[in-house]
Amino acid sequence: MDIHEYQSKEILSEYGVPIAAGGLAYSPEQAAYRATEIGGDAWVVKAQIHSGARGKAGGIKVCKSEDEVAKAAEELLGKKLVTHQTGPQGKVCHRLYVEAGCNIDREIYMAFVLDRQKESVTVVASAEGGMEIEQLAIEKPDSIIKIAVEAAVGMQPFQAREIVFALGLDKSQVNQAVTTILGCYRAMRDLDANMVEINPLVVTKEGNLLAVDAKMGFDDNALFRHSQISELRDKSQEDIREMNAADRGLSYVGLDGNIGCIINGAGLAMATMDMIMHAGGEPANFLDIGGGASPERVSKAFNLVLSDDNVKCILINIFAGINRCDWVAEGIIQAVQKIELKLPVVVRLSGTNVEQGRKMLKDSGLPLIMAETLREAADKAVAAWKENSK
Amino acid sequence: MAIHLKETTKVLVQGFTGQIGSFHSADMIKYGTNIVGGVTPGKGGMKHLDKPVFNTMKEAVEATEAEASIIFVPPPFAADSIMEAADAGIKFCVSITDGIPSQDMIRVKRYMRRYKEQDKMILTGPNCAGSISPGKSMMGIMPGHIYSPGNVGLIGRSGTLGYEAASQMKEEGIGISTSVGIGGDPINGSSFKDHLEFFEQDDETKAVVLIGEIGGPQEVEAAMWAKDNMKKPVIGYIAGLTAPKGRRMGHAGAIISAVGESAAEKVEILQECGVSVVPNPSSFAPVVKGVLDKVS
Repeated sequence: MDIHEYQSKEILSEYGVPIAAGGLAYSPEQAAYRATEIGGDAWVVKAQIHSGARGKAGGIKVCKSEDEVAKAAEELLGKKLVTHQTGPQGKVCHRLYVEAGCNIDREIYMAFVLDRQKESVTVVASAEGGMEIEQLAIEKPDSIIKIAVEAAVGMQPFQAREIVFALGLDKSQVNQAVTTILGCYRAMRDLDANMVEINPLVVTKEGNLLAVDAKMGFDDNALFRHSQISELRDKSQEDIREMNAADRGLSYVGLDGNIGCIINGAGLAMATMDMIMHAGGEPANFLDIGGGASPERVSKAFNLVLSDDNVKCILINIFAGINRCDWVAEGIIQAVQKIELKLPVVVRLSGTNVEQGRKMLKDSGLPLIMAETLREAADKAVAAWKENSK
Repeated sequence: MAIHLKETTKVLVQGFTGQIGSFHSADMIKYGTNIVGGVTPGKGGMKHLDKPVFNTMKEAVEATEAEASIIFVPPPFAADSIMEAADAGIKFCVSITDGIPSQDMIRVKRYMRRYKEQDKMILTGPNCAGSISPGKSMMGIMPGHIYSPGNVGLIGRSGTLGYEAASQMKEEGIGISTSVGIGGDPINGSSFKDHLEFFEQDDETKAVVLIGEIGGPQEVEAAMWAKDNMKKPVIGYIAGLTAPKGRRMGHAGAIISAVGESAAEKVEILQECGVSVVPNPSSFAPVVKGVLDKVS
């Protein structure tokens, strides 16, 4: 689960990470009032959407007066911002964060990630801040400092110091930087975050450190023990179909193709999509309905797939193990009878009692296109999609 | 011989008396797995499915001399159960549980480093379908009848995709020595490479099939290891050619978040390492058959 910048900053500042004075605003008036509250003569108005690269998308505005703050807020609220992370559909800004401006001397990159190779939390830092890490890895790979944390004892001050000195920070900044690094690590560990990124961590002209942008992501599997984090969820930032699916225990990812997929198991789902591509088609979605494939789940899956107007054909591929094919067939029949089916549906069943399952589907009189193998299913789905798109 | 699991392997079930634990235990007993009891804290002394129930793993291992365990404990408590198994002297552990927090798994992996190499428990999963040595023993939730006994080793992340491969192979008369599920989580108990090492030593296994997917470094690590250390041929398939970057595809670990984690990149490295790549998921049987024809 992702949260907003201002929420990440609130959390991190409790762990000793230095942030600028700032406040949340839902209207231009509120934004101008926040600027007055904060004081000073420069403010940054920042669109709160779940995405990086907001600056390039016009989501971050530097203002020199309260009028400018109000004007920037007016412009940003309700605006759809498109970044390379949001996809072409973009994300709508409903909240603003107004923050005191600062005089930047230098920018540092710092992130805490779950390192799958080392099976630990690893700190990634670079003196070349402001760039994204992918870009850094390509353009300035030598600037990247990596230190893995030993899980048994957690991050140690000497490790933080190693990073601080490798970044070339001034000795007057060492203590503040060590506190910042250890604080980020503790926040990640205590709250089961799977990512903390401060980019940039700024050294001001006055010589202070400041987290100018902050991003946290959390392990969905650990939210059961962090109700205060679950409360930070902003559903307006999530894809509505993916959210509906997740709330119903299904796993859905929308894509650009025309062949809707209903499959049990994540690996088989990906493999079926690959097979569709191999056959010359494009999948409209990833959808894993779970090992069970109960009638309720099949029926929910249909509704979900059909909510995508691009879908011109549906491919169902179920490997029924413990839950036999006859039971799965029953579920498909029930689901198809319930909806008014206007699209071709290709069904491929395999596993336990497969003959019985296929016979039930055939005898149902429903206009289902049957396939025996994965290849046949993909070929027939692609043919049906082409036929239906004429 | 098969690996990890044979007819005589004594198996305990953690989370034995729960609904899911009971269902799959009954199925495993039916298959022929030598289940000697189970653990549910607070229910020690009971009998369940005609087998003794214990309060702790230590008690259970002492009474039954079990060497393997399978875990159906819910996610908030599963990491604790894994460590309990390791501490009780279990040698092979399958964690079926899906949804264990990543940081719990980091702690589990760190905890297991306290044991000497020869005392170390092999953990498979979490979030896996389990392991099976067809015709001998099954520790998992898979439909046992889709696997026929034979001499191909199988290692995979996904449950149903593994079933697909096994049943395609069965139809062509290709059997399996052992199929090992390593699960779809970002931090797992053991990797493709760990099990390749076992298969390389196993007399019964002539070739090994890796069924991987997008995300993480383990498929590539295994292929590089195989190139330098294996005499037996390795066959590989990577799911997720159509998966977009940065999106989680069902499995917690199936996400392209770094260079080298996409299916196309992994396939390329597998090929460079001499792995016979299965070009599409409908072709497991012919590729495996072709490789087997060359070795025998």
